[in-house]
Amino acid sequence: MFDFLHKYASPRNFYDFAGILIPWLAGVTVVLLAIGLYQGLFLAPPDYQQGQSVRIMFIHVPAAWMSMFVYMVLAGAGAVGLIWHLKLAEMTAAAAAPIGASFTFLALVTGSLWGKPMWGTWWAWDARLTSELILLFLYLGFMALQAAIDDPKRAARAGALLALIGVVNIPVIHFSVQWWNTLHQPASVSSIAKIGAPAIHPSLLWPLLIMAIAFTVFFAVVLLMRLRAEILHRERYTHWVAERIKS
Amino acid sequence: MSSGLFTAVACALRRDLTLAARKPADVATPLVFFAIVVSLFPLGVSPEPAILRGLGPGVLWVAALLATLLSLNRLFSADYADGSLELLVLSPQPLAVLAAAKTLAHWLTTGLPLILLSPVLAVQLYLPEAAYGTLLLALLLGTPVLSLIGAVGAALTLGLRGGGVLLSLLVLPLYTPILIFGAGAVTAAASGFSPEAHLSLLGAFLVVALAFVPWATAAALRISLD
Repeated sequence: MFDFLHKYASPRNFYDFAGILIPWLAGVTVVLLAIGLYQGLFLAPPDYQQGQSVRIMFIHVPAAWMSMFVYMVLAGAGAVGLIWHLKLAEMTAAAAAPIGASFTFLALVTGSLWGKPMWGTWWAWDARLTSELILLFLYLGFMALQAAIDDPKRAARAGALLALIGVVNIPVIHFSVQWWNTLHQPASVSSIAKIGAPAIHPSLLWPLLIMAIAFTVFFAVVLLMRLRAEILHRERYTHWVAERIKS
Repeated sequence: MSSGLFTAVACALRRDLTLAARKPADVATPLVFFAIVVSLFPLGVSPEPAILRGLGPGVLWVAALLATLLSLNRLFSADYADGSLELLVLSPQPLAVLAAAKTLAHWLTTGLPLILLSPVLAVQLYLPEAAYGTLLLALLLGTPVLSLIGAVGAALTLGLRGGGVLLSLLVLPLYTPILIFGAGAVTAAASGFSPEAHLSLLGAFLVVALAFVPWATAAALRISLD
């Protein structure tokens, strides 16, 4: 186990390993996206209330899930980097942040596009929307901090600490926003059929799950690509990078 | 050893308070900012008492948040510039406790004056009389948390380019729960409901923050001075 970790946690071996992995995972992403999108956009029945626009769900919900999942990856990698000084983990946190921010942004935009025909408004101060927006700000804060620090070591450690504080705060923020919302106005908008509603029909559930897996694998592909670029950048003065670049 | 720790905390606290007393302008600036921001809202929104009464709790809290944010730079940057922060980190006393002492000094020179000033500004916003006690109590519970969380952000951004704006980007999202329950308590009291739930949550935040945040501040200081 530790031999394995030792072998692949070194940036050089990981670079090669990721290079092999990326085409395979990219293929899986394309296949899953094709199946999921076909099922979601053509086979799934239109909603009796929402009509065709319910199909936004197949992008919106996986993006929202990923926005939270990626923050967990970011904080987990940050913690590993902080505790064991694993270079690869530090790079993972830095590489994951922009992807997570993009997923969060995508969730907000698709939610807004979905909200306009359904709720008649681009934006509502609903609990979920608000906590997603704050999550975006947390991502942007993390990225701004990373960008402001020149020393990669300090950037990684400061970012990891911030991510950990953020992780502790996310549930607090989420529940605060939820209670704030219920205290101020009746939860009229959040009761529209989302995944939390009971009994989502299998014809909708399957494409949704396939899309969720497709998004996850897509995240893995982009993360590995960004990691490879990051490894090359950080190790740009080493011998092995010069060899790889030449060949 | 424990007496040594107590002495160190007392020294750190006295030093920061003395420094603040020698430069009263540094203490006054966030307060003036607080007053100006609050006064901008009637100008920008409407001088109607009915509207201001509704906006009041939120405006007071947002202004308090921003004023605290502005004062956070003062927390470590001067000590960082003249090197005394490094001595603090090198001292044999636990850094978390010393960071907590500095945070306490920051609250005494920022949060406490804000609380004392807030009733005057609440008058400007036509806050109902029944809500004054709650306003003071909510600020009393909430502003120490603002100082504590802000201290981590200030420690992380020590000596960075664009530190001030960056700091607000890091800290403001983390302030949202305090804002929600702080303003919520005052709104509840102003509309005749019991603010107890809000105040209890603010108290819970304070207890948790007191227990954990100084350690995070210490870790952040170590990272920044590494």
